[in-house]
Amino acid sequence: MKILVSVKRVIDFNVKVRVRPDGTGVETANVKMSMNPFDEIAVEEAIRLKEKGIATEVIAVSCGGAACQETLRTALALGADRAILVLTDVELQPLAVAKLLRALVQKELPQIVLLGKQAIDDDANQTGQMLAALLDWPQATFASKVDVAGATATVKREVDGGLETVEVALPAVVTTDLRLNEPRYATLPNIMKAKKKPLDTLAPEALGVDVAPRLVTVKVTEPAKRKGGGRVADVKELVAKLRNEAKILS
Amino acid sequence: MSTYHAPLADMQFVLHDLAGLSQVATLPGFEDATPDTVAAILEEAGRFATEVLDPLNASGDREGATLLPDGSVRTPAGFRDAYSRYAANGWNGLTKAVEFGGQGLPQVVATAVEEMWHASNMAFDLCPLLTQGAIDAIELCGNAEQKARYLPAMVSGKWTGTMNLTEPQAGSDLAAVRTRALPQADGSYRIHGQKIFITFGEHDYTENIIHLVLARTPDAPEGVKGISLFIVPKVLLNADGSLGDRNDVRCVSLEHKLGIHASPTAVLAYGDHGGAVGYLVGEENRGLEYMFVMMNLARFSVGMEGVGLSERAYQRAVAYARERVQGRPVGAERGAQEAPIIEHPDVRRMLMTMRAYTEAMRAIGYVTAAALDNARHAPSAKLRNEHQAFVDFMIPIVKGWCTEVAQEVTYLGVQVHGGMGFIEETGAAQHCRDARIITIYEGTTGIQANDLIGRKTARDGGAVARSVAKQIAQVAADCASAADPSLQAIGPRLGAACRALEGAIDWVVTSYGTDTRIAHAGAVPYLELWGLTAGAWQLARAALIAADRLRDRSGDAAFWSAKLATARYYAEAVLPQAAACAHAMADGSASALALATEQF
Repeated sequence: MKILVSVKRVIDFNVKVRVRPDGTGVETANVKMSMNPFDEIAVEEAIRLKEKGIATEVIAVSCGGAACQETLRTALALGADRAILVLTDVELQPLAVAKLLRALVQKELPQIVLLGKQAIDDDANQTGQMLAALLDWPQATFASKVDVAGATATVKREVDGGLETVEVALPAVVTTDLRLNEPRYATLPNIMKAKKKPLDTLAPEALGVDVAPRLVTVKVTEPAKRKGGGRVADVKELVAKLRNEAKILS
Repeated sequence: MSTYHAPLADMQFVLHDLAGLSQVATLPGFEDATPDTVAAILEEAGRFATEVLDPLNASGDREGATLLPDGSVRTPAGFRDAYSRYAANGWNGLTKAVEFGGQGLPQVVATAVEEMWHASNMAFDLCPLLTQGAIDAIELCGNAEQKARYLPAMVSGKWTGTMNLTEPQAGSDLAAVRTRALPQADGSYRIHGQKIFITFGEHDYTENIIHLVLARTPDAPEGVKGISLFIVPKVLLNADGSLGDRNDVRCVSLEHKLGIHASPTAVLAYGDHGGAVGYLVGEENRGLEYMFVMMNLARFSVGMEGVGLSERAYQRAVAYARERVQGRPVGAERGAQEAPIIEHPDVRRMLMTMRAYTEAMRAIGYVTAAALDNARHAPSAKLRNEHQAFVDFMIPIVKGWCTEVAQEVTYLGVQVHGGMGFIEETGAAQHCRDARIITIYEGTTGIQANDLIGRKTARDGGAVARSVAKQIAQVAADCASAADPSLQAIGPRLGAACRALEGAIDWVVTSYGTDTRIAHAGAVPYLELWGLTAGAWQLARAALIAADRLRDRSGDAAFWSAKLATARYYAEAVLPQAAACAHAMADGSASALALATEQF
C-alpha cells in the first residue's frame, strides 16, 4: 500500500510573524521556514504505518517554490521513500493544492493520503476536505489515532465534544491533529541518505491543473493591541462591569 | 526562563563565508558536505539540543552524579535516556570513519554541531567528547584486531570511552605516571594503579566502557619516554566479541566539584584484585606521543566549550534583559514608563561585549577546524603541512583564549542578571561554574601559553606566527582602504594590534633564547594578545563581507548591519586590550619574577 503525505513549507512556529509594511501579507524574506508541524505528524504517522508493515511506500509531496525541496528532504530524512515537488511561484490556495494532490493521487494510486489538518500560516483547514471531495473519497479529519486493517481505517477524531471514532473504507483522506503522535528526530545517517533518495519535480501544467488564485487578499494587518486590564474590588463590581461595560450579561 | 536556540544564521555564515565550507567539501571524502545537507544536519542537531539536552542542563546540575554502594554510578534523571537517543540518532559517529559506522563528515561541520551540545548541556557532552578521543587513539594507533573489536561499538555509542592520564602525583607533569603494566605470557598486560579525574570513568549509560590508560612497563625508561598506552575494557570481551567477565577496575569515588555536576569525575582503582587486563596500543613507551595526537583535538574541543558556554550565557542574559523591567532609561522624558533593563546603556555594553567575544571565538574556532580538515585531506603534502602548521599554531590560542574569555562572558551573564544572577534559579550562575574547569583541564592556560611561545613560536624562529600576522595585516589594510565608515574604524585599530603582535613575536623569539624564564612569564599575555587580535581579524573579515552584502542588498540586511556593528564594537572597545597585553608581556615579565620565593 502506498501512502501519499503532503507537506507544506511555512514560517517556523518559533518566529514572531511580522506584517509587511504595505499590508500585502506577512514578511517571509530571511525568516526561518520549517515543515508545517501538523504535516510533520502526518509524515510520522505514514512512517509508522510503513514500519508496521502496513504501508509499502511513503511518498512526500510539496507544492510551492524551489525552497520546498528542503522541506521534502526533511520528510525524506524522517523516512519517506521518495518525494515530488510541484514547482510554482504562484501563491497557492487550498483548492489549487487539493487539485494538484488529486492529479498526483490519480498518477500514484495511494490508498491513503495523509495531511496535516491545517497549516500554521493560513490556518485554512480546507485542503484535506477539498481533496476528499474532488476524489470522492471518504475523509477522516483531525485524527488522534489511526488503525488500518485490511481495506478499512479506524480513526479517532478530535471533535469539539470529545473524541469521535469513524471507520472509513480505503482509499481515504486522513488529516492529522496534534495528539496523533510525537514526531521523531531525523537520525544523522538518515539525513545523509535523504540526499540520495529520488526527488522529482513537476510543473502544475504537467498535471493539467490551473493554480491561479481565486481569492484576493485585500489587506493584512496586525491584530489589535491588547488594552491594559483593570482590577476590580469585588465580585459585585465584576458582575456590574460584565453587564454594563462588556454587555455580555443581561 | 531562557531556552537555548542554536544560532544557525551565524553558524552558517561562519561556516560558509569565513571557514570556507565549500572548499572543504571539495576535499576527497567530504563530497557529501553540501550546503543543503549541512543545513539539514545543523537544523536537526539544533532541535535535539533545544528539545532534549537544554531542558536537562539545570536539573543535571542540581542532581549531579551519584556513586552507589556497589561501585556503580547513577547519572542524573533523564541523562541516560538522552544519551541513548543521542547514540541512536547517530550523532556520535559524525566525523568517524565510514568503515566503522561513522559518517565521515568534516571536522568543521562537527565543530558547529558540538558547539550546540556544549551550549545546551556541556556536562552531557563530555562523555561523547572523551569517547571520540578514545576512538581516534585506537583508530590511529591500534592494530587491526583492536579496531575491529572496539571501534564499531564505540562509534555507534553502544560503548563509551575514557582517557586515563592523571594520577595524584601526575597532573600537568605526566612524566610522574606510576601506574604499572606487567606483561603476561598471552601478550596482554596486568594493570595496577590509581587514576584520578576520569571523566565519565563510570556511569550507567552503557554496558561497557573502554578505558585508555597510561602506564609503565617494568623495564620502561624514566620520564615521559617510558609511558605506554593500554586499552582496558570495564567488561572483558570473549573471543567472539560478546561481553565476558568484569575487569579488575573499580570506581572508588566521585569528586565533589564546582561545576559540571552531571558529569561523573571518577577515581578509578586498577588491579586491586590481581590486576586489570590491558592490551597495549601500538608500541611500548610511545603512549604519550599517541595521547598527544588526540590531545590536540581534545584541546580544540575544550576551546569550543568556551564558545558554547558563552553563547548560552549570552542568550540567557538577552532573554532576561528583555524581560526584567527596572527603572527608566537614561535620557527618557520625566514620567516615562519603566523599561526593560536592555534599554540601559551599561546593560547594552555588557550584552554587546558578550556577543562580540562569542562571535569572534566562533569564527576563530571554525576557521581552525576547516584548516584541520585540510591538514588531513588536502591533495598535496605541501598543502597538508601548511594547514597543519596553522592548526598547530592556533590550537593553544583556541584552547587558551576561548576558555579564558568564556570566564568573562559567563561572568557578564551573571552581572546582567543582577542579584538574580547570584541565585541559582536563573541558570546564569551554572554557566559560570561550568566554565571554570575549561581553563584547567586538557592543559591549563599556562600550559597552552608555554606551548605557544616555545614549540609554536620560538622553535621555528616565529615563521608561522609571522605568516599569520601577515594575513591579519592584509585584512587590516583592506578595512582601512574601504569606503564604509565602520570598516574605516576597524582597519587602523586592527593594524595597530597587528603591529603590537609583530613586536611581541620578535620579543618571544629573542627572549626565549636569552632569558627563557622571562619569556615564560610573558607567555599568557602573549597568548591573550594573539587571541584578541585573531578574534578581531576574523570579525574584520566578517565585516568586509557584511559591508559588501549590504551594498549589494543581498540577504538579510539586519544580520549584516549587526555583524558590522559588532565587529566595530570589538575593534573599538575590546581590541584596545591588545596593546596592554603587549606591554604587560614586554615590560612586566621581569617584574613578575622579581620576588624571591620566600617573599611570597
